[in-house]
Amino acid sequence: MEHYAALFIRAVFVENMALSLFLGMCTFLAVSKKVKTSMGLGVAVIVVLGISVPVNQVIFVNILAPGALGWAGFPDADLSFLSFLTFIGVIAALVQILEMTLDKFFPALYNALGIFLPLITVNCAIFGGVAFAVQREYNFTESIVYGIGSGAGWAMAIILLAAVREKLKYADMPDGIRGLGSVFMIAGLMALGFQSFTGISL
Amino acid sequence: MADTKEMKKALFGPILDSNPIALHVLGICSALAITTKLETALVMSLALTAVTAFSSLFISLIRNQIPSSVRIIIQMTIIASLVIVVDQVLKAYSYEISKQLSVFVGLIITNCIVMGRAEAYAMKSPPLMSFLDGIGNGLGYSFILIVIGTIKELAGFGTILGFEILPLVTNGGWYQGNGLLILPFSSFFLIGGMIWFIRTIRPEQVEPKE
Repeated sequence: MEHYAALFIRAVFVENMALSLFLGMCTFLAVSKKVKTSMGLGVAVIVVLGISVPVNQVIFVNILAPGALGWAGFPDADLSFLSFLTFIGVIAALVQILEMTLDKFFPALYNALGIFLPLITVNCAIFGGVAFAVQREYNFTESIVYGIGSGAGWAMAIILLAAVREKLKYADMPDGIRGLGSVFMIAGLMALGFQSFTGISL
Repeated sequence: MADTKEMKKALFGPILDSNPIALHVLGICSALAITTKLETALVMSLALTAVTAFSSLFISLIRNQIPSSVRIIIQMTIIASLVIVVDQVLKAYSYEISKQLSVFVGLIITNCIVMGRAEAYAMKSPPLMSFLDGIGNGLGYSFILIVIGTIKELAGFGTILGFEILPLVTNGGWYQGNGLLILPFSSFFLIGGMIWFIRTIRPEQVEPKE
């Protein structure tokens, strides 16, 4: 149990997807205007990561890894060169299902997310999470914990950023830097803060 | 057939007027992570421009045949295949650089500029315009990457493309390398500064007060 807790904490803080590894930046910067929207997106990312990491882990170990096709009578087959294509296919399928579900049951959230819902597919946080989990040879349980943990870290980062931005509405900034420019600066300062977690070992 | 003026707009508009990074917030991850050296930034820009242009072209060619419920998967397959081609070409002709870039070439698949243009432009426009739009957006991305890469390499290591411009103290020169600018997150500040600059010379991009 302790092992999983440590893995979770590490995924949330030390290897924070957004602020330490700079993955999933596009959505991170663009959909963080309101705390409410960013919470919805954060939950969506946790769900997609929490499902796609273990699913891809299972596919990789049982089909793509060198020698994994032994059960089907091909002990020499090595399909690992197909891994990127497979990962992105599984992620895209999951996102498409999520999109249809949201459209049907939560139209308000669906409209609020707009073009950024299909863009979750190309959210490098998802792809990076899957690639890391496979690279580090996590087992099935570990990959569930890692997927949910890294998703939670990303969600936390975007909610924090949205909270800061909501307060900054009242700031009187020079015209050119208002909006996006200032968001980059804030994210930079937050990343500077998250640097302090590096080197913590659990 | 689109006239020349429109084509020019699709090609050069994205550099300053509708820059994918500075205005549409697309393709930030790689812009942050690989700009430490100008050389990698240049190769990355070329690779991304090629992938964006051709994926826009092919998606636009088959846009009327794609059912909208599975469009993302189809787009991803086209993009992923193109990225594999680019990866193989890099491996064949400039193996050293491809080794440096290894992870990031794969990450072009998840670069939102490619997908964003496919979704927002190529699905609605004829092939030639989509191709030019892809090249234009690649140029806009390259513009930011090259500026950031130059600043970071010059200030952090005192070199440009590996040639020594400012001799470092450690090599017996006078220039003390800026440690902050070597770290990846300093790109945040540089891109923020560039957005400020672009919006000062193009005031129509300034966001309205809330």
